[in-house]
Amino acid sequence: MAFQATTSQTVGPFFTIGFDRLNKVNLVAPGISGERVTIVGRVVDGDGKPVPDALLETWQANSHGKYAHPEDQQNKTLEPGFQGFGRIGVDENGGFLFTTVKPGAVPGPKGKMQAPHIAVSVFARGLLLRLVTRVYFPEEPANAADYVLNLVEPARRGSLIARKTAVAGKLEWNVILQGADETVFFDC
Amino acid sequence: MSDIVGYRRPAPGTQPKHLHPPYVSSITRAPSKPLVHLPHTLTEVTGPLFGKEAVEAKACDLTRQHSGEPLGERIIVSGQVLDEDARPVSHTLVEVWQANAAGRYLHKVDQHDAPLDPNFTGCGHTVTDEGGRYRFVTIRPGAYPWRNHHNAWRPAHIHFSLFGPAFATRLVTQMYFPGDALIPFDPIFNSTVDEQARHRLISVFDWASTIPDQALGYHFDIILNGREATPMEW
Repeated sequence: MAFQATTSQTVGPFFTIGFDRLNKVNLVAPGISGERVTIVGRVVDGDGKPVPDALLETWQANSHGKYAHPEDQQNKTLEPGFQGFGRIGVDENGGFLFTTVKPGAVPGPKGKMQAPHIAVSVFARGLLLRLVTRVYFPEEPANAADYVLNLVEPARRGSLIARKTAVAGKLEWNVILQGADETVFFDC
Repeated sequence: MSDIVGYRRPAPGTQPKHLHPPYVSSITRAPSKPLVHLPHTLTEVTGPLFGKEAVEAKACDLTRQHSGEPLGERIIVSGQVLDEDARPVSHTLVEVWQANAAGRYLHKVDQHDAPLDPNFTGCGHTVTDEGGRYRFVTIRPGAYPWRNHHNAWRPAHIHFSLFGPAFATRLVTQMYFPGDALIPFDPIFNSTVDEQARHRLISVFDWASTIPDQALGYHFDIILNGREATPMEW
């Protein structure tokens, strides 16, 4: 190893001037296959206060379980109109909303498939490093055997699983940065 | 399907801790529970790729985004994006944002009583070339006060955002300027324990990229997580 990775620093409070260009809250173009889901939520801090200066980035496979990336060598359909990347800012109340398709299952450890999930990076003033988490889907039978979910103590797994709402196709998932109900964050 | 080769984790002390109380905003925002170690799966070794189509050619020159020239000291900021094994990271997106020469961001939340510059927005982007090289033309940002503690001032800095080849290589950092008297007092700069790692965030004045009668050059290399030598073992 010749070098060490550069030290991370916070995005600070003014990142929107650099990040807005690639904002993407609707990942789905017409003709893309799969079940549409809208995920709504809030980012809150350890005092339960909304975080108005946070940003989420999402990364996921398409509905066939295929990533738009050369290292995904699976023999599955790639859909050119679906990149799988989202960049979602929050409003003054820490609220966010994005629309995507439910990803298909992708390969995981020990030759088993992972339950459908979306990888998420959280950036905000006050975060010296990005926080990495995942969104899983409610009433998904594959969750029970998912390798990564099973790394998490059972009482905290719920923070990674979106909840159904009264509206069909609309799920709720919050990012709680700190405290008793803290979202599970991963060392990635 | 072949075995997954993951990315390396940072050497101890070379990254900030999430909670760094001198940086007051981290106190209520840093996670309080231990992070769960995530083995890299296909999800983490893939990631969004932004090729040339995502880039506007003019966006690497922050001094030419308006009808007039911005005020301030024109500078060239350039360097190489490499992985930990010194391999160039080619064709990867680099995003930057910064304050203007007076230390003011073009952002509604920035209430610092310093003038905005109608000829400076303060954001740019580019993709690295085959050799991992990037180059921006901009103006040297000013220092500015913030409310972290009494008489708190941020040293001049430029924010950098990089994706690299995978979700696991995402990096957001800040570049500082050599000789800036404010650096040793900055809680954000000081959030990393390892002194050498911290000091690698300070760019180097560079005659090679300095343009006579035009602009001073600063060199700043960025290192992304390297690849493990062998596939993950479960």
